Amino acid sequence: MNASLEQLADLLAQGKASSVELCQDYLDRIERHNPRLNAFITVDRERTLAEAADADARRAAGQAGRLTGVPIAHKDIFCAEGWPTTCGSRMLANFVSPYDAHVISQFKAAGMPCLGKTNMDEFAMGSSNETSWFGPVKNPWDARAVPGGSSGGAAAAVAARLCPAATGTDTGGSIRQPAALTGITGLKPTYGVVSRYGMIAFASSLDQGGPMAPSAADCALLMNVMAGFDARDSTSLERAPEDYARDLAQPLKGLRIGLPREFFGEGMAPDVAQAIQAALAEYRRLGAETVEVSLPNMDLSVPVYYVLAPAEASSNLSRYDGVRYGYRAAEYRDLLDMYEKTRADGFGAEVKRRIMIGTYVLSHGYYDAYYIQAQKIRRLIAQDFVEAFKACDVIMGPTAPTTAFDLGAKVADPVQMYLSDIYTIAVNLAGLPGMSIPCGFGADSRPIGLQIIGDYFAEARMLNVAHQYQLATGWHTMLPEGL
Amino acid sequence: MSLSTDDVKRIAHLARIRVDEAEAAHYQTQLNGIFRLIEEMQAVDTAGIEPMAHARDLQQRLREDAVSEADRREAFQAIAPQVEAGLYLVPKVIE
Repeated sequence: MNASLEQLADLLAQGKASSVELCQDYLDRIERHNPRLNAFITVDRERTLAEAADADARRAAGQAGRLTGVPIAHKDIFCAEGWPTTCGSRMLANFVSPYDAHVISQFKAAGMPCLGKTNMDEFAMGSSNETSWFGPVKNPWDARAVPGGSSGGAAAAVAARLCPAATGTDTGGSIRQPAALTGITGLKPTYGVVSRYGMIAFASSLDQGGPMAPSAADCALLMNVMAGFDARDSTSLERAPEDYARDLAQPLKGLRIGLPREFFGEGMAPDVAQAIQAALAEYRRLGAETVEVSLPNMDLSVPVYYVLAPAEASSNLSRYDGVRYGYRAAEYRDLLDMYEKTRADGFGAEVKRRIMIGTYVLSHGYYDAYYIQAQKIRRLIAQDFVEAFKACDVIMGPTAPTTAFDLGAKVADPVQMYLSDIYTIAVNLAGLPGMSIPCGFGADSRPIGLQIIGDYFAEARMLNVAHQYQLATGWHTMLPEGL
Repeated sequence: MSLSTDDVKRIAHLARIRVDEAEAAHYQTQLNGIFRLIEEMQAVDTAGIEPMAHARDLQQRLREDAVSEADRREAFQAIAPQVEAGLYLVPKVIE
């Protein structure tokens, strides 16, 4: 059950297992463990097995690619034709997508069957997976703990090995923070590397899809499938395709690791600090050197994010009006009443809070003071990284300030919830790639993640940096008990 | 800056979200907490800084003005709350 994507691909290539058999095994695990974890919103055994049979037929016809037949789970934010695509919301609880997201069609083209759609915070707004209309996800390491969010279902499913890999999306940390809290590897690529076509929009200037899996080597193979230019996303970057696994084997001698002063201050819990220091010591043993750098505006990233992301969300979510798809209120007097009741009932509290913040900061008289000011500070934050990368190749620090917190602990206080993304948000504002890899456990035996931030388009280098650590350590191979 | 319950109701109306009195009071407390966090921005001198609208300073691509999508009206309307004769139905707007 701890097989890597390479190992699963080998099993299939050598004829030791079929895709149908692999999918049956994973579906059985989902059936056994999902009632407790709630990591999946939709599982459709017949549909998955039909896709697996297609993959097996493709292999028999000599048309298999490297990952053909290896199954994957998709975050329920990616539209997949014929599958319910709910985005964790009552608003889309009955929405069956009539088309495929670019990411979905890439995985279909690679012949990778879909094991199901994973749970998530409603419209990806949350850091604990507690805002989902379909209920919270439990952390496989400790059922009292959240798995992080918003890609909490994907993270929990991978951590419990209910799937060999999953897709996620990251607007302010939604791949990296749940990866850290569940002890898996997750990568948010450079903005524009993975197409957003068919990925339900939250904050379009920040949203980016990426892979979540046990190891960096797995993530590299998934990036080879997901990444690439797509004309249907106006912000998709026109770049030559690259092999993200090309540098995995490179030694780390001479690697310069930047340690931002602001990441190593008071906010980080002592057990997290200890695990991060131990990981840095391991990197020094592997030949890397560490240098201090500074991101002086990092503390402003949370306030800036909570202007820009809600502003973009209030615009993006105006499409949910009960007219063309999704939920419509049962009773209404007139058109305005229909809109207001549909949106009051269809959206949860966190989504409504953010739509209202966004509506306010974009409204007449407040636009310059909030929205434009936030955009200006966004540039200062991005410039801090440009300066920092003059002195280092990658930046490292914690992914989250603490291990996974308890379910319910931060639900009543949105600001406390928002501050759990203090180390991840600046990366989205700058559009940089960031990843999280497991690097130990806290005093409560819950996982800890090391964050690796790269310069624009440095994904292959970051995956190399992560992979070399994973060759030397075993954190990414550890499994929760009872699974 | 501090929002009143009337401010909250006005914002909710602009956002087309129905809120009752009790909800407005609840949102008022939470939104004011969030705005206290946001206010930290106001202390920063940003004179002469160009606003950054996007993660990368991108050029918008242009394409030929040609039809690129097939007509899939039936598939799209099959998931609509209420349709008739190819039209989306909403409550009467004009008398």
